[in-house]
Amino acid sequence: MAKEYHTINQIAGPLVFVEKTEPVAYGELVSIALPDGSIKRGQVLDTSDDVVVIQVFEGTGGIDRASGVKFLGETVKMPVSKDMLGRILSGSGDPLDKGPPIIPEKRLEIIGAAINPYARDNPQEFIQTGISSIDGMNTLVRGQKLPIFSGSGLPHNDIALQIARQAKVLGEKEEFAVVFAAMGITSEEAQYFMKDFERTGALKKAVVFLNLADDPAIERLLTPKLALTTAEYLAFDLGMHVLVILTDLTNYCEALRQIGAAREEVPARRGYPGYMYTDLASLYERAGRIKGKRGSITQFPILSMPGDDITHPIPDLTGYITEGQIVASRDLHRQGIYPPVAVERSLSRLMGQGIGPGHTREDHRAVSDQLYAAYAEGRDLRGLVAIVGKEALSERDRKFLDFAAAFEDRFVRQTKDEDRSIQQTLDLGWELLSALPVDALTKIDRKFIEKYHPMNRKK
Amino acid sequence: MASGKSGRISRVAGPVVTAEGVSPRMYDVVLVGELKLMGEVIKLVGDKTVIQVYEDTSGIRPGEAVVDTGAPLQVELGPGLLSSIYDGVQRPLPVLMAKQGDFVSRGVTAPGLDRSKKWKFKPTVKKGDDLHGGMVVGEVPEGNIVHKVLLPPGVDGKVTDISEGEFTVEERVGSLDTGHAIKLAHNWPVRSPRPYLEKLLPDIPLVTGQRVLDTLFPLAKGGTAAIPGGFGTGKTVTSQQLSKWSDAQIVVYVGCGERGNEMTEVLTTFSELEDPKTGKPLMGRTVLIANTSNMPVAAREASVYTGITIAEYYRDMGYDVSLMADSTSRWAEAMREISSRLEEMPGEEGYPAYLASRLSEFYERCGRVNTLAGPTGSISVIGAVSPSGGDFSEPVTQNTLRIVKVFWALDSKLRERRHFPAINWLTSYSLYSPMLEEWYRRNVAEDWSPLRLWAMETLQKESELQEVVQLVGSDALPEEQRLTLEVARMIREFFLQQSAYHAVDTYSPLKRQYEYMNAIRRFSDLSKKAISLEVPLDKIVALKVRADLGKLKFEETIDADLKTILGEMDRQFAGLGV
Repeated sequence: MAKEYHTINQIAGPLVFVEKTEPVAYGELVSIALPDGSIKRGQVLDTSDDVVVIQVFEGTGGIDRASGVKFLGETVKMPVSKDMLGRILSGSGDPLDKGPPIIPEKRLEIIGAAINPYARDNPQEFIQTGISSIDGMNTLVRGQKLPIFSGSGLPHNDIALQIARQAKVLGEKEEFAVVFAAMGITSEEAQYFMKDFERTGALKKAVVFLNLADDPAIERLLTPKLALTTAEYLAFDLGMHVLVILTDLTNYCEALRQIGAAREEVPARRGYPGYMYTDLASLYERAGRIKGKRGSITQFPILSMPGDDITHPIPDLTGYITEGQIVASRDLHRQGIYPPVAVERSLSRLMGQGIGPGHTREDHRAVSDQLYAAYAEGRDLRGLVAIVGKEALSERDRKFLDFAAAFEDRFVRQTKDEDRSIQQTLDLGWELLSALPVDALTKIDRKFIEKYHPMNRKK
Repeated sequence: MASGKSGRISRVAGPVVTAEGVSPRMYDVVLVGELKLMGEVIKLVGDKTVIQVYEDTSGIRPGEAVVDTGAPLQVELGPGLLSSIYDGVQRPLPVLMAKQGDFVSRGVTAPGLDRSKKWKFKPTVKKGDDLHGGMVVGEVPEGNIVHKVLLPPGVDGKVTDISEGEFTVEERVGSLDTGHAIKLAHNWPVRSPRPYLEKLLPDIPLVTGQRVLDTLFPLAKGGTAAIPGGFGTGKTVTSQQLSKWSDAQIVVYVGCGERGNEMTEVLTTFSELEDPKTGKPLMGRTVLIANTSNMPVAAREASVYTGITIAEYYRDMGYDVSLMADSTSRWAEAMREISSRLEEMPGEEGYPAYLASRLSEFYERCGRVNTLAGPTGSISVIGAVSPSGGDFSEPVTQNTLRIVKVFWALDSKLRERRHFPAINWLTSYSLYSPMLEEWYRRNVAEDWSPLRLWAMETLQKESELQEVVQLVGSDALPEEQRLTLEVARMIREFFLQQSAYHAVDTYSPLKRQYEYMNAIRRFSDLSKKAISLEVPLDKIVALKVRADLGKLKFEETIDADLKTILGEMDRQFAGLGV
């Protein structure tokens, strides 16, 4: 039985300082018994002969000097089991759904060790999300981490849900298992997700972790680690393909900043701790494939950019770790276009490995390059039109201008239930491109034009 | 006062551990806790020793033992480094994987060099020879090169015996009269630069075969360059082209705090890429150091030193080494993280005040030198910086730019326009050009420098004219200025754009680069003459020779074509009355 200490000498924000303890391990799990009989949990952040600093996950409200502190002799572990599929858990991993307790098959360290770079497999299997602006222009592959950079009031949740619903690997029947971790989102948003999971039956293959806006901020630091530990178990022990949705990373980073400030650490940019890059990397890097293992982890972190500022430390550091980003556009959203994917600012770094013959279609790269270039040209012309008017444009320019509008209206826009196959996406691309003069299609090889251009296909 | 080799932990705060009762020297490696985690002494205060630990410290508690190894962080230098892939403290990742599985767990050590492999050693010294530290005692074939076996710097003596045969890195191959056992490998502390005789001026270019680099922004052998590796700028292809084609024999690639999937890509492509000089895999002359962003931060801090020490070792054999550090910003962040755990007074943006001096110390370890063994060798460093928020005024970028002499500005706008290599010709620079002038004059062409200046001026003029064009359209410009735009476009599209994937275009020898630029200049001169004779520009641009000039870079016969095209040019211009 662990010894109980009543030697708290300081409580500051989320931190509790305990004196005169036996040696306590760094990262050790702590339980604190409050006078009212409730129990709070925490973790050791700093340990020395004189004082132990504990970060309390559930907030320090109600803890007094006489509260009993027990060190549990182990670091935070996540009990995992196959039965977790279909369950809804709290941000610290306790069942919320009134279901039976989970009987663990394994208890795993929640701080995941890094995958040995030598053991990693190159991610290259195309995931069809059914969303043209992603599949066609910013292709996702299995094992990738591709965040959605969004802003407040934008429908990033819908996009994430649609991806979770529709994602599939061509030629494979198996669906993705979904691990969903909510960090500091409102209960309304959480309901929205849950309803959708229930409606589509996705919940059967999902594990849900909910840390809501009114749950303690510090618990948010735990939630994604629990979720990813579960994902790793499902992927690399049980051989499943797992899609992890983490939302909203901005709340996670706020919690990180809060702890940093409470510890009086020297802040880096905008008050966020200097180790935020490493900390975020320890989440994002838990995506990937491993040689010789069947499963995979694909990550969809969602973060709302404060003030839509992509240079803010959270999206900035994220962009340096993840393999690209899907950027949501307020302009498109205002025009009523769903999904409002800002194609020109989005990027998938692993796209090249997942497209082309054997993955999607031989003309994929060329079509996407051409769509991209033509859309960029059309967008540039909009600036000009604002000054000189549409009439002043040449015939050719007007075609590009119209193309950009059609691209947004038909290629980017689709309904929330519309699941386009990659063939449909590429053919739609061709259809839009056919409105341009053939000699303007400079990025496409002649042989593809002969084979796929609508004017040649009809013959 | 503590005197022991071992003591006890008194505090654990993340990767920083404080110990008592042990009195190591600064930067000694210590083994921390029951798991014997590797750590390094970074501060001594009174009886307390502050240690940065290279592995995760969860579960470590006060009271556990700390043991001093009595030596600083070292790397093993000997045959077997090439084609290896290491973590930040030279643990071979394939060995770690065999030992502990797919995830890197803690407390496992593995020697940097394979203990069982036998190497064919052939001595180049004989009994009775007087040797001093750093001299070559023999040769071993390794990968794509001949590995020179070096006496460790600081060891002198007369050879009493030395034998030919097959040896492992631990076996004795000979002895000195001082009793020193000559072996194929020796250790070297990573934070101490390896000694050399003297540093030489960087007046020889590192020839890369990439036209925009060699002609406009050359890097000297032993020089330093920075590339901003913002997301999606084509850094990977550029560094691969450099590794593949530059005339450095050895490539050291340090992946410092980067993506795991990216390292996997480097790993797969480097093993698949063929070394154009030997036809063997490129890995045969490459050492990879991979410390991804979620591997321990202290090891990330060390990885850059591990890389440069290995580079110095091959330099000491007389080779030209190129070291790619990707990314130095992550390295600086690792310093910041550790510094903040030490509760040091921060400088700008939380970075430690010694950031600038650490960066300059690192870059100072490159250079072209006369080695202790005699021949010259060099290390050229290409450091990627990842300015946060794309803001070049942040401290890491600023301090790096103060030190390095070459800046290759990779530009995402150019990449979007599919202009490769996406190196911006207006913002890039090389301070080596004046120093290399003499070399180019002697080895390539008498008028190399004026030609280069002409190209730069034309591009500069173009960017000024573009501003006007955007307001009034190009039709409003006088013919002569429109010609400048046309010539600049030829320089950009024909000369600067280069396809890494095209068999002929991927590498362009210096002579060819010169001839090519010269032909464009001749076209420009003749066009000017034509315009003064009132030939309309459209007619000049429509000349067949112009289109031919653009196409010939993809032809096998390019060198012969470049010779004949000048005559053809004269002929076609004569047709216009010039």
